[in-house]
Amino acid sequence: MGILEVKGVNKRFGGLQALGDVNLSVAENTVHAIIGPNGAGKSTLLNVLVGKLIPDSGSVMFDGQSVLGRKPHEINQMGISRVFQTPEIFADLSVMENVMIPCFARRDGAFRMHAIGSVRNEGDIIAQAEAILADVNMLAKRDMLASALSRGDKRRLEMAMCLVQEPKLLLLDEPTAGMARADTNNTIDLLKEIKEKRDITMCIIEHDMHVVFSLAERITVLAQGTPLVEETPENIKGHPKVREAYLGEAQV
Amino acid sequence: MLGLNSRDFKLLMIVIFMTLAAPILLNPFPVDSALGESFNAGYPALMQRFVIFGLLAVGFNILFGLTGYLSFGHAAFLGVGSYAAVWMFKLLSYNIIPAMLASVIVAALFAVVIGYVCLRRSGIYFSILTLAFAQMSYALAYSVLSPITNGETGLQVYADDPQVLMSAGDPVVPHLFGWEMNSSVTWNVGGWQFVFQNGYYLAAICMIIGFYISIRIFRSPFGLMLRAIKSNQTRMSYTGMNTKPYMLAAFVISGMYAGVAGGLMSAMDPLTGAERMFWTASGEIVVMAILGGVGTLIGPVLGAGIIKYLENIISKINSDILHNWFAFMPDWMDNLLVNILYPFVGKGWHLTLGVLFMVVVIFLPGGLVQGGQKLGALFSRKSKSSDSDATTAGTANTNTPAE
Ligand SMILES: Nc1ncnc2c1ncn2[C@@H]1O[C@H](COP(=O)(O)OP(=O)(O)O)[C@@H](O)[C@H]1O
Ligand SMILES: [Mg+2]
Repeated sequence: MGILEVKGVNKRFGGLQALGDVNLSVAENTVHAIIGPNGAGKSTLLNVLVGKLIPDSGSVMFDGQSVLGRKPHEINQMGISRVFQTPEIFADLSVMENVMIPCFARRDGAFRMHAIGSVRNEGDIIAQAEAILADVNMLAKRDMLASALSRGDKRRLEMAMCLVQEPKLLLLDEPTAGMARADTNNTIDLLKEIKEKRDITMCIIEHDMHVVFSLAERITVLAQGTPLVEETPENIKGHPKVREAYLGEAQV
Repeated sequence: MLGLNSRDFKLLMIVIFMTLAAPILLNPFPVDSALGESFNAGYPALMQRFVIFGLLAVGFNILFGLTGYLSFGHAAFLGVGSYAAVWMFKLLSYNIIPAMLASVIVAALFAVVIGYVCLRRSGIYFSILTLAFAQMSYALAYSVLSPITNGETGLQVYADDPQVLMSAGDPVVPHLFGWEMNSSVTWNVGGWQFVFQNGYYLAAICMIIGFYISIRIFRSPFGLMLRAIKSNQTRMSYTGMNTKPYMLAAFVISGMYAGVAGGLMSAMDPLTGAERMFWTASGEIVVMAILGGVGTLIGPVLGAGIIKYLENIISKINSDILHNWFAFMPDWMDNLLVNILYPFVGKGWHLTLGVLFMVVVIFLPGGLVQGGQKLGALFSRKSKSSDSDATTAGTANTNTPAE
């Protein structure tokens, strides 16, 4: 049994079968990559996992509990964090405030009325936030407004916001899309480092095969909403079905 | 000090000084002078309005400034608070303590119900829902709820009301344990006259406390969550935060401020009517906050003060006064200026307000507070000459959204 078990999930958008009978098992403490051409349904699958979409049928079990029908914040509190394809950050707040909020969410749960004490006096929260900013090399930018960050920094900030929650499962939707080569390599190093430092399961959607092969232990190929194969990286290279799905796309 | 950082503490001290010294500061001209008649604002009825509307705007800002949810029905809570207070006068006694408590509690309950329904939507739909609720309350107060609100006559205290806690010698005006709201001390210095009224000081102290609480809320984790909701609600939910109770809490706190403001209005003058809930009253609160600076601490107080000042001072100016001002000019010029200015004064003061509002919204989206900051920056640049201001570019101090 994996930490995440997706069974027979279907999702239609009008006439379009975005997900067709998806089965997926992600083992604990592994990095599992989901690849596939544009429009294959990868983001849709993540949306189902985090409670943004409710599938038409099927089941999604995380850590022995069903996530279906739960609200996004409840699913997050179960231990699933997500990095979005276009970064979702608090653009009007400072970098430091951006990472403090997940710290509060982790310590105080989904709601706590804490209206009189000052944020300045939250020593443990500040320490946690600073530590994670140091981890992602952004401590120097702590007082910058998040909206003023570069694209790459916004992604790293979002990743820091997810990591500081110490989720059991981290979902990453194309974390290096639009990054320069150097930034991409930094991200790979960062994710590897995180993997070594703590027990964490990652499910990563990626187009960049360099990233996939540097990180993934298992790879699922999704095409037209249906998983084609699930294999180790070694076996996926040169797999005929994969070549077929990627025909005309990047060389695998 | 008082759990505030030094900047906030300074701001609080300035507000305390200004409100406590208002009877002097707002009467800079001798009573009988022409200027005094036109521009003095230090009389109790007007100063009460400054601080009561200031309190209302401070509470409104906790909702609109922090969460970005624009309530267009805030006057409903004001009205409900006023009614609750007058009922306490009728049933118990003229002591304002039970009246004020009732105002807050009733406004809070009302806000829980309205908030629960309206917060199912966001953006313009939320605003329309709150507006609809307030207009419904207004209409109900005039019709089916007349037994409670006394309809068009307005709710007031009658001689045959129970007033069960009243004993023989008690004052027959609102009072705080015998300290009557409408009594005052007048201080004559030369041609100047300063009036210190109990009611004003009670309202001023409520405003100061409300302002202090709002600073604490702005700097608290709760305040941070509200700002985060304003910034990105999606990220908030995917970070494990339930935005609903946060929003409801902000809405109810904001409604309680309005309830206190309504209670104070009744304490100043124990008579209230449904027009306090009319949509224009709600709109006025919105204008106050935007004019002063939404999301800033002092902005709403400033906006409330300026609007109440304009309303009272400009609406008093008539063509005779204008002619007096320009008497030294040749007749044709005098007439021309009076003709140009006349539409903007007296009953036309709304026109002045409208122009001011447009200018502020277009040129100072951050309200008058932003204007003040720009001026401040201009002066400090002049004095420091070529001191580099690189530190301000794209940075934001973690714990201090602009005051
Ligand atoms: N909310 C939606 N409504 C309608 N169609 C959608 C929606 N979300 C995704 N789709 C469609 O579903 C298919 C899969 O999309 P997506 O999961 O984003 O693919 P990708 O694998 O590139 O992330 C696409 O054809 C997309 O247009
Ligand atoms: Mg996608």
